[in-house]
Amino acid sequence: MKVALIDYGAGNVASVERALRRLGTESTRVSTPECLADAAALVLPGVGHFAALIRALDERGLRVPLLEALQRGVPSLGICLGLQALYDSSEEAPDLRGLQVLPGKIQALPANVKLPHMGWNQLKMTGPSRLLDGIPRDAHFYFAHSYAAKVENHGGHEVATCTHGSEFTAVLERDNINAVQFHPEKSGAAGAQLLQNFLRLAS
Amino acid sequence: MTLAHRIIPCLDTDGARVVKGVNFEGLRDAGDPVTLAARYNAEGADELVVLDIAASRDRRPTFLETIRRVAAELAIPLTAGGGIRTLEDARAVVRAGADKITVNTAAVGRPSLLSELSGEFGAQAVVLAIDAKRAGDHWEVMVRGGRDATGRDALAWAKQGVSLGAGEILLTSVDRDGTQQGFDVPLTAAISRAVTVPVIASGGAKLPEHFAQIFTEGAADAALAASIFHDSVQSIRELKEFLAAKNIEVRLPC
Repeated sequence: MKVALIDYGAGNVASVERALRRLGTESTRVSTPECLADAAALVLPGVGHFAALIRALDERGLRVPLLEALQRGVPSLGICLGLQALYDSSEEAPDLRGLQVLPGKIQALPANVKLPHMGWNQLKMTGPSRLLDGIPRDAHFYFAHSYAAKVENHGGHEVATCTHGSEFTAVLERDNINAVQFHPEKSGAAGAQLLQNFLRLAS
Repeated sequence: MTLAHRIIPCLDTDGARVVKGVNFEGLRDAGDPVTLAARYNAEGADELVVLDIAASRDRRPTFLETIRRVAAELAIPLTAGGGIRTLEDARAVVRAGADKITVNTAAVGRPSLLSELSGEFGAQAVVLAIDAKRAGDHWEVMVRGGRDATGRDALAWAKQGVSLGAGEILLTSVDRDGTQQGFDVPLTAAISRAVTVPVIASGGAKLPEHFAQIFTEGAADAALAASIFHDSVQSIRELKEFLAAKNIEVRLPC
């Protein structure tokens, strides 16, 4: 199976690559539009600033082929900023257009808690989840972010939320689109299980 | 559902091997970084810090290779530092597999380094290490491995560092480091309550009670220790079970 790891210079590409390798899956780093055409699955990693990700995707001409792959039904996994990029826009870079696959604006977490939200936190399940299948409900996942997708109303596409200052989307699943706000590649055994679940969806 | 307090083992290396010693004197070999990293990853460490305490230019390639080998073992975050003076130094460390970069002396000399790092990697990847020593009614920032006084106030420097882009503070008490008398509670509480970012307490840990105290009275978000973990004086698993029994939120390894 060809897992395309979208490489736009983000810090955690190598971490995701290593995590997949530990599961016996070799991924291919993709940084040009033509390489996305035959991907069986794709992972959009990300860490850092919303603007850096969006600009890098646009500079490399990856926006359109990425959206086409999502429309074709290619199983995808967005990680951290890779989740946030799916939305219309972000308060972190208000002038830039997100991928606009999901409605709404990414918002800053409230300032009454320590930011970044950094470390291991637990999830609240809000619906059945294929990504979290077989993972203990009280498992911790590693987060490192200051912005998040606000939970507007349950019954959206989130299947699990997390709370740090306010409740936000931690895991979302819609058709072939999957995304997590935490870093499964850095989340020990629970994270490895989640990646394994994604690979199973894609195989 | 609360953010867990993190337990972070620290590997002080001479580039290639884990070493220990007080104030850089009488360094002795304390093991292979890759072996220790794999052990801590399996025992439930929440994160790992790897420092190059020699930080000499000619050993740099060796240290980067150590980061690469350590990162390959880890399914938890990795912070690396020691001798990072420029954005290019930091890029090399991140490319080798570090999730976060820690800077200390170089940031005191040139605070704009923090903004450069934060601009490139994001604040969540920038850890400002502060070595602080009691000086009358305040704490002073020390550099060069805690040896040289700077005249800077630690509390003011912590706040300035955060405003420049540090996403986390690794706070070492020079007074407590190596003493095994417990973390410096007043120092950690003062800094942790004054800044908006997470604070990692370091220096002086030995007993499980020391960790409980620094997470409660000291308001620390994470706690770091080295030799007590390397020498198996304290197992990470038992430490976390102890903390959980005291209703302190931790991630228990399964």
